Amino acid sequence: PSAPAALRALPPPVAVGVLHTTRPLHTTQQSLAPVPPLPEKGGEVRHGLIPEEFFQFLYPKTGVTGPYMLGTGLLLYLLSKEIYVVNHETAAAACILTVIVYAIKKFGPEVAAFADKLNEEKVATAVAMKDEAIQTLQTAIEEEKKEQWRAEGRSYLFDAKRNNVAMLLETNYRERLLMVYSEVKKRLDYQVAMQTLKRQKEQDHMIQWVEKNVVQSITPQQQKESIAKCIVDLKALSKGAHAAV
Amino acid sequence: GPLWERPLMEVRLGELHTWISTCNFSPQGLLAAVQRAWSSYCAKYIHVKQGGPAGISMLLAGYCLLSYGWNYQHLKRHRWRKYH
Repeated sequence: PSAPAALRALPPPVAVGVLHTTRPLHTTQQSLAPVPPLPEKGGEVRHGLIPEEFFQFLYPKTGVTGPYMLGTGLLLYLLSKEIYVVNHETAAAACILTVIVYAIKKFGPEVAAFADKLNEEKVATAVAMKDEAIQTLQTAIEEEKKEQWRAEGRSYLFDAKRNNVAMLLETNYRERLLMVYSEVKKRLDYQVAMQTLKRQKEQDHMIQWVEKNVVQSITPQQQKESIAKCIVDLKALSKGAHAAV
Repeated sequence: GPLWERPLMEVRLGELHTWISTCNFSPQGLLAAVQRAWSSYCAKYIHVKQGGPAGISMLLAGYCLLSYGWNYQHLKRHRWRKYH
């Protein structure tokens, strides 16, 4: 309601994506482009002053010399009746006209060629821009087609990604499995080590205690007796060995 | 085509009277006629790829004639003959 009248007078916007066909787009022929090219040559003019249509107009009635006779007669009439007065301006006009005609006849083609060259350069730049724009659009089209072709391979991409994810999950699961196993094994090893240690300590302690008691129980009397017995045994053995040899 | 839509060059001498009667002589009509004449002259002699001296020289010649006509009363006094 606060928009100006010009904005309200515009046709309603077309929703992009869901094209309502109540407002047609681009139905009329565009009248502005392309601009028709300029004609090559202008209207024909004879002697630089009189259009050719005048001569063609008089040709059926008077032939080829008609307009010239008309011109001569008109000129003589104007001069003799002094409707055209000959004064200083006439001399000036004659000199100026001579110089102008001489200059045009001498330098005309060169100037025309120069102007044509300028024009051609302008046209060439415009055409180059147009060609460049067309080329960029062509490359853009090809790139787009390539991208579309690439997009067709998305199923492979998704399969590869799914494989990756599955592998990650598997790896993680196996790592955790390994960790559980190693932890449990460590705990059990600890228990086993504790038991073996305890048994070993008991064994050592018992052995030591037995040895200590045995050593304590060997009195000096028994020691002497055992030594004498050993000596007797050795003598008997040596006798037996001497006899064998 | 019909008479009132034809340009002046395509009107025959006998039909000239009726053609003038169908002309629009209001200021806008005259202005439009001048505009049309100027634009057709430009399109024919000036806005071409290879125009010659003809386009401007005809304008200059017309200007010379017009200025001679405007100054005729003054130039009349520079005549050589007293009686014509």
